[in-house]
Amino acid sequence: MPLIELKGINNYILDDLSLKILDKELLVLLGPTGSGKTTILNVIAGLAPYKGSVLFDDSPVDRVSTVNRGVGYLFQSLALFPHLDVAANIAYSLTIKKSQQGKITDRVEQLLSLMRINHLSRRYPKDLSGGEKQRVALARALATSPNTLLLDEPLASIDMRFSKYFRMEFQRIQKKLGITTVYVTHDFEEAEEMGDRIAVLYHGKIQQVGTYDEIFFNPENRAVSEFIGEPNIVACSYSKYLGDGLMEVGIGNEIPIVIPHESGTVKKIAIHPGHINLYREKPPEPHINMLKGIIVDIDMDPSVFMLKVAVKTGNINFQVELHRELFEDMELERGKEVFLGLKLKWIRVMNE
Amino acid sequence: MNNKLRRYRAWGLVPIVIFLALWEIIVRLKLIPGHYFFPPFTTVMKEFYALIINGVIVENFFRSLVRVLIGFTTGSIAGLMVGIIMGWKDIVNKTLHPIFSLFYPIPALGWLPILMLWLGIGEILPIAIIFICSFFPVLYNTVTGIKSVKQDYIMAAKTLGASKRKILTTVVLPLALPNIFTGLRLEAGMAWRVIIAAEMVAIPTGIGALLMKAQSLIRVDIIIVCLMVLSLMCFSFERFFLFMEHKLTSHWK
Repeated sequence: MPLIELKGINNYILDDLSLKILDKELLVLLGPTGSGKTTILNVIAGLAPYKGSVLFDDSPVDRVSTVNRGVGYLFQSLALFPHLDVAANIAYSLTIKKSQQGKITDRVEQLLSLMRINHLSRRYPKDLSGGEKQRVALARALATSPNTLLLDEPLASIDMRFSKYFRMEFQRIQKKLGITTVYVTHDFEEAEEMGDRIAVLYHGKIQQVGTYDEIFFNPENRAVSEFIGEPNIVACSYSKYLGDGLMEVGIGNEIPIVIPHESGTVKKIAIHPGHINLYREKPPEPHINMLKGIIVDIDMDPSVFMLKVAVKTGNINFQVELHRELFEDMELERGKEVFLGLKLKWIRVMNE
Repeated sequence: MNNKLRRYRAWGLVPIVIFLALWEIIVRLKLIPGHYFFPPFTTVMKEFYALIINGVIVENFFRSLVRVLIGFTTGSIAGLMVGIIMGWKDIVNKTLHPIFSLFYPIPALGWLPILMLWLGIGEILPIAIIFICSFFPVLYNTVTGIKSVKQDYIMAAKTLGASKRKILTTVVLPLALPNIFTGLRLEAGMAWRVIIAAEMVAIPTGIGALLMKAQSLIRVDIIIVCLMVLSLMCFSFERFFLFMEHKLTSHWK
């Protein structure tokens, strides 16, 4: 039974949008900037006007105000109240409902522990790091034990190092609480890591809903394939089982590559350009799935650069996606020798 | 760090001491023409003491103080109330903004002639002037303060279950406080400037009236005493609101 259902939603950006979010699932809304991701969250929360119907457990909530919809919302800006300390921010929803002081204190303590931020309780938001603010905002959103949690690009304001930690932490918390979650991002890798299912949004319409593999291998239309990018598909000359759920396959001139796969013959493997690490120098051992190549082409987009790397010994080419800043830091150019690391967990088997 | 800051602040006293010393020396040595109209600092202080002892300055000061306190308090409270309603309710803002925009540019003292005719010369007149002087700026700063609260905070409070009244009292007003205090601080000083001017022109009592009497008697020492009192009061009132603002908002700002 779907916990949340959007039926024929229309407004200034959404175009006859319908979507079902299942009980306790973590659904990722994936799409480029301006596609209407945040607007969907606002429609669910009752913060944006719309025509159509939103149902919670099959009951329409269109006439229910935001205050009574009972959703937890983590805003992109986090919106921590600057005049309240961490404990008071977390306690806000309970304090305004005049809950008993003892209960408030217990709940705040419980959430501080869950987020592992007990030491921050008396600090003000101005004295917190991006990652700390993130956890406080999440604790505040969870304070009233909402049925649904909405997260709007929660990793946008924190550094890359902490974002990995947050993803793991959030998955732990989401599974522990079993809370239905809608998670907005524009990053395909983040979507795969976080989501039970992914809904790809483009121009205010849901283009495709499915698992990472479904979307990755079978994009339903051009909008989806253009947004997530074409995968590198490489033919395999041999394959053998190594044990522990791993197989070795040969690509190009029999270069050995380890992939996560149980059995059978592997004819082709696929990997997304964003899941290949690129190094200027040969990284330290172990050199599993490491290939040496030369940059033969660079396609410059405003934020993401696409590099075509030719692996000479294997006679194959790989498309590698690189963020602009990283590209500039590495001082890369056409003709430069580089090393590619194919991330094992992201290699997919393509057997027709 | 605090000691260092205190030391830096103490340096601010040096120019004041130098100024007072130069004033005393230049006048005593008769280095400027017309020194009769320029009494030395010590003479002024002696007169200040005499005026306190004979009660003249005390009586006039209290008259001005009461007028400022009543006019400023009522004007600020009214400005705050109307400002909160205008800032919170768009329809009220859109309705009242045009008429207040027409009244706001008129300087408080510009109302003096018409208020003299309407209210007569009495205690109500200076209070009404101070009321007008305080009302509009506090109102505008309150509206600005409320309007400048980010929508995200309001939306977050909504999702956390806050009613409109709770959002106003627990989120919007606390976040608008710095702006509101800016209005109060500036107007607290301005109220003293305006009361002195009003008393000089139209009211027979108060520091401003004493100033005019001293001028007619060519008592430059008393004029300077009155100006010192004015300066001290503007300074203290502004400092009081700065202190309150700091106390209420510095921990999170």
